[in-house]
Amino acid sequence: MAEWSGYLTLILQGALVTAQLTLMGSALALVAAFAAGLARLAPFAPLNWLATVYIEFFRGTSIFVQLFWVYFVLPFAGVSLSPLMAGVLALGLNVGAYGAEVVRGAILSVPKDQYEATIALNLTRFQRMRHVIIPQALPLMLPTFGNNAIELLKGTAVVSLISLSDMTFQAQVVRAQTGSTLIPFVTILILYFAFAMVITTGVKALERRMTRGLDGVR
Amino acid sequence: MEWDWAFVAEITPTLLQGLKLTLFITLLSAIVAAVLGLVLAIARRSQNLLIARPVGAFAEFIRGTPLLVQLYFIFYVLPDIGIVLSPLVAGVIGMGLHYATYTAEVYRAGIENVPKGQWEAARATNLTIPQTWQHVIIPQAVPPMIPALANYLIAMFKETPLLSAITVLELMNQAKSVANSSYRYIEPMTLVGVFFLATSLVSVVMLRALEHRYGRLGK
Repeated sequence: MAEWSGYLTLILQGALVTAQLTLMGSALALVAAFAAGLARLAPFAPLNWLATVYIEFFRGTSIFVQLFWVYFVLPFAGVSLSPLMAGVLALGLNVGAYGAEVVRGAILSVPKDQYEATIALNLTRFQRMRHVIIPQALPLMLPTFGNNAIELLKGTAVVSLISLSDMTFQAQVVRAQTGSTLIPFVTILILYFAFAMVITTGVKALERRMTRGLDGVR
Repeated sequence: MEWDWAFVAEITPTLLQGLKLTLFITLLSAIVAAVLGLVLAIARRSQNLLIARPVGAFAEFIRGTPLLVQLYFIFYVLPDIGIVLSPLVAGVIGMGLHYATYTAEVYRAGIENVPKGQWEAARATNLTIPQTWQHVIIPQAVPPMIPALANYLIAMFKETPLLSAITVLELMNQAKSVANSSYRYIEPMTLVGVFFLATSLVSVVMLRALEHRYGRLGK
């Protein structure tokens, strides 16, 4: 039984890497989603095209292909990334592309009168976004962002294939060393699910907070 | 390292073979997902809570964990209890099961979107339950589902590279083996990306046509 605690430590170390990847990836995805989502709505055509190309490219291929491309092809272009950086980059940009559509949809669903009112009040473009549109659009984005974060969490398993020692990688190590398959895989399945539950609960709490004071608006 | 067109021409046939298998796997998994998803959706609607609850929890669990780990589970754990599956079958079952939990939600939403008045009207005109499903509910529930289901078909196609992790020789694995034997990564990996992107873009155009034709089921 003593050796099992050693293997469990190994898997928990992997869980730490997975959590790290999920957090960093989500942060990058959030930035990318807002940048691309707003760029698609910008009244400047080249910015629109750029955002559309980004979104369609990352939604058109899978995270797996993107990760391998970032990890194996970019070094030839002189950009060498550590597995962790490659993972965060691929995951963040991939999920960010999905998030961009969410941002765009939520902003478009804010009623038109709100825009007209800000023009009537002579707010600048930035003030309009910051104080009127985004606060109303954010609660609409949150549930889908939560789902996207779970997709990102699930995507982190793929980084084990570029030799980053996340939870899935460690489970494979344990399998290779002990020959036991059931225990490591069931352990990580439960851990992944627990992570997903944490995200779901977190997003729900955030949603409650964000919608505070918005009753009656929608 | 430079881009080498001669090498591209040399490896394209191998990669196309992988693409063929990828499409085949997508089709098989899609059938599994479509059928199993319907079963899950109906089970979750069951009056019997002893069926509905566990099925619901199971679907949530599958949806909250990575497909890759599920594939490992099917491929490495099941043989221990005497179920030995070929990589291809394990992959199709894994993908089909994973996406069935997604399609089940589409079916559920589609069925729930049929207004209650339709059920009552069918009752009032004395239709039997099978007649109600066949002539009233399904014709109204299915068309709005089509774009959403097609969306998951594309998603499945993009996920097939994961099967390379359990040694299925699909497009990604063909590319990896080519890359490993020739020590050239740029061309195979880029071509894989191009193949996936091209197929996805074509399917997205078709999806838009489907959405136009059948309308969109709420996301």
